[in-house]
Amino acid sequence: MSEARTILIDPLIDNNPVTLQMLGICSALAVTTSLLPALLMCLALTSVAALSGAAISALRHRIPNNIRIIVHMTIIASLVILVDQLLRAYAFETSKQLSVFVGLIITNCIVLGRAEAFAMKNGVVMSFLDGLGNGLGYSVILIAVATLRELFGAGTLLGYPVLELVSNGGWYEANGLMLLPPSAFFIIGLLIWGIRTWRTQQVEKADYQIHEVHRTEVY
Amino acid sequence: MAAYASLFVQAAFVENLALAFFLGMCTFLAVSKRVETAIGLGVAVIVIQVITVPANYLIYTYLLADGALAWAGLTDVDLSFLGLVSYIGVIAALVQILEMTLDRYFPKLYNALGIFLPLITVNCAILGGTLFMVERQYDFAESVVFGVGSGTGWAIALIALAGIREKLKYSDVPQGLQGLGIAFIIVGLMSLSFMGFSGI
Repeated sequence: MSEARTILIDPLIDNNPVTLQMLGICSALAVTTSLLPALLMCLALTSVAALSGAAISALRHRIPNNIRIIVHMTIIASLVILVDQLLRAYAFETSKQLSVFVGLIITNCIVLGRAEAFAMKNGVVMSFLDGLGNGLGYSVILIAVATLRELFGAGTLLGYPVLELVSNGGWYEANGLMLLPPSAFFIIGLLIWGIRTWRTQQVEKADYQIHEVHRTEVY
Repeated sequence: MAAYASLFVQAAFVENLALAFFLGMCTFLAVSKRVETAIGLGVAVIVIQVITVPANYLIYTYLLADGALAWAGLTDVDLSFLGLVSYIGVIAALVQILEMTLDRYFPKLYNALGIFLPLITVNCAILGGTLFMVERQYDFAESVVFGVGSGTGWAIALIALAGIREKLKYSDVPQGLQGLGIAFIIVGLMSLSFMGFSGI
């Protein structure tokens, strides 16, 4: 049981797919201009990751090794089409905001990366939990970035005003840069800095150590 | 001709897949540590992009779009919901062929790219290129130009970032920011400067 727990909890901070494994960053940046599409995207990705993990793990002894990528992609693509149709049926407005990015879950490296690295070697239940955990790890980052961007870029959360804008007679001047692409990069960069300051074992080693010259040293 | 030239410039710079649409970020950040590997991957992406966008154009126009099967006598069949599976099938097949070719003839490049070669399949820049082609309704010639342009733009951004990161190795970066963190900040700055192209 504790093994299952580790598989589920580990990807949240200690082995986070976005900030440590560098996977699935594309959509993490693109759908985070406001919170609602980001939440929907998390839901879609987590369900695809968990279900595809289970499906690929169930079939793992029957998939020939040299065409495995095509088989994985077909399984994942079918699940994404399912999610896409569901979103169009029940959340049409938001699914239009997500535009091509629901389709791009197929190419989200978290899903295929976990299929390659975990589901091909482990049992069905464990692969399901692994997919779920990684989906949740992705969601944590996505929600954090989307909250920051919507709050400071538009002064709202989920569409409700939180910081009163100057244009509505309040005090907060909206920061337009937050809604543009560069800010997404900056926020994730700073987020990584924060996490790595807290969890120092994640710090990457520098390629070269800069030699500090002491004032008594002659060079 | 001028229309194609401006489409190329737009695809390569103004709407750079990596810096304006965040596509292909995973590979973009992971393979940009050395200029040599970056050039190899950049070329591979251009090749795949140039083949897949027109190939998917043909599949969409003659098989999947609403009424596309008219030549087979089926005038009211709309298979466009099968789009995602078909596109990714074409891409995966092409990547696998490229992987076998590289393994056979360029083993050094094959080893350098490692896990990121199969991950070209899941490089959003490739599928994104196809989806944008469908969304914007390019014709065949335009889709070829768009494939070349968007692939080139992605490769340029990748190689430029690799160049910066190679120099960056010698600078004194705060501990927690080393590696991935500082890479993000730099990509953000590059994206800011590429926004300048939108004025052209």
